[in-house]
Amino acid sequence: MTADEQSMRRVTAIRNGTVIDHIPGGMVLQALQIFNIDGRQSNPISLVMNVPSRKLGTKDILKIEDRELTQDELDRLALIAPIASVSIIRNYSVAEKLSIKLSDEMVNVAFCVYSNCISNSVREPLSHRLKVLNTAPMTLQCHYCGRNQNLERLVENLL
Amino acid sequence: MNHSPLGEKNMNSLITMNDLTNDDIHRILVDAEKLLPVAKGKLHFPLLKGKILGNLFFEPSTRTRMSFETAMKRLGGEVVNLGAVASSSVVKGETLHDTIRMVDGYSDVIALRHPLQGAAQYASDCANVPIANAGDGAGHHPTQTMLDLFTIKQAHGRIENLNVVLVGDLRFGRTVHSLSYALVRLGCKLTLVSPESLRLPDEIISELTDQGGKLVVTDELKPQLEDADVVYMTRIQKERFPDEDEYVRVAGIYKLDADDLSSVKTDMIVMHPLPRVDEINPDVDSTKHAAYFEQAFNGVVTRMALLCDMLNISIPDKIGGEN
Repeated sequence: MTADEQSMRRVTAIRNGTVIDHIPGGMVLQALQIFNIDGRQSNPISLVMNVPSRKLGTKDILKIEDRELTQDELDRLALIAPIASVSIIRNYSVAEKLSIKLSDEMVNVAFCVYSNCISNSVREPLSHRLKVLNTAPMTLQCHYCGRNQNLERLVENLL
Repeated sequence: MNHSPLGEKNMNSLITMNDLTNDDIHRILVDAEKLLPVAKGKLHFPLLKGKILGNLFFEPSTRTRMSFETAMKRLGGEVVNLGAVASSSVVKGETLHDTIRMVDGYSDVIALRHPLQGAAQYASDCANVPIANAGDGAGHHPTQTMLDLFTIKQAHGRIENLNVVLVGDLRFGRTVHSLSYALVRLGCKLTLVSPESLRLPDEIISELTDQGGKLVVTDELKPQLEDADVVYMTRIQKERFPDEDEYVRVAGIYKLDADDLSSVKTDMIVMHPLPRVDEINPDVDSTKHAAYFEQAFNGVVTRMALLCDMLNISIPDKIGGEN
């Protein structure tokens, strides 16, 4: 059994839901925030943090029972985990494998971290646009003010 | 017509210096030189007759607003002004989006100054007519950069490979942000003189370094003067400081007077985007090094060339028509 397979089995296999693998080590809590999971939902959630990974050094794994994440929801994960792999589980089997699609621009995922950017004027009818300049490391730039974004702060600014 | 906030920038808008290639810069500076007699009122040349400039200044401005207006009028065009923000619909809560959509219908080109960064980019997304960024918060001020480059070229005959010393508020000063990008692209060596709290933002330093920029960062002005081709002074901008104490600590830190210029290069020029407070003693005004009033005049001729460029009006090699 490979190290990755051992990691996957640290928690029980789920019957139905979504399994997200290859989240960079320590980032799974931000992933919960991205999916608006705050502990008040009734479906079981399993987290694995900081296990060895060949691809990433250390990685986190997230298993969400009884909820199939949509492609739109998954694409928001690109903010912190652009190479995460996602499986939709139905009746204990992998029914679909999904990948995160990263376009040149993230629209209405998060708002610019700079409070003096025009995009933070709440009454302006604008889309929040972040240009993807690089994926490794993830580098995002506000379309409007042109400033690069601090990813930790950006996660606090998710829409 | 696409007025969607997700629209793309009008191809002729000037938001940052990245909108101009080095060839564009050189071409516009040559055009500006051709227009000098028109800017001085010695020639009548109504190249922009029938065109209207919308001047939208949400922040105070003397030189930029007036020089845009003069540039348009010298070329036979008209100007509509937002006027004081206090007497416009902005105080009734009108969004920038709606203001731009309205003025877009009243004019052929818009000059916009706004306190928030990114406002010019956003305006360009909303408008069909080109937007000239006349300053967006602490962001960019590309038309100022073009007049600065014109001033440098007039004094030295070239821009490339000069030693330029930028002094003062490099953190909040949008003029030096835009100018530093252009100077690095044109192969100048930059010496950045500021107190630590007003250093050029790390992000800009790293971009300039990535572009091959030769930068020296220091907090001492006087030792830099001897080798300088250009000394570009800036005002410490009280209005950009969130904290008065922080302003008081750095206010008046760099002052240049005529005695400081005794051992500088003979063709070294002192520039300043103005207004000045006490960075340049008035005794420098009468020296051959003072270029800042010429620089302010150059705002007219450079903006004439830029307005023509943004409106796709080409300037003939030979212009005539005596007044």
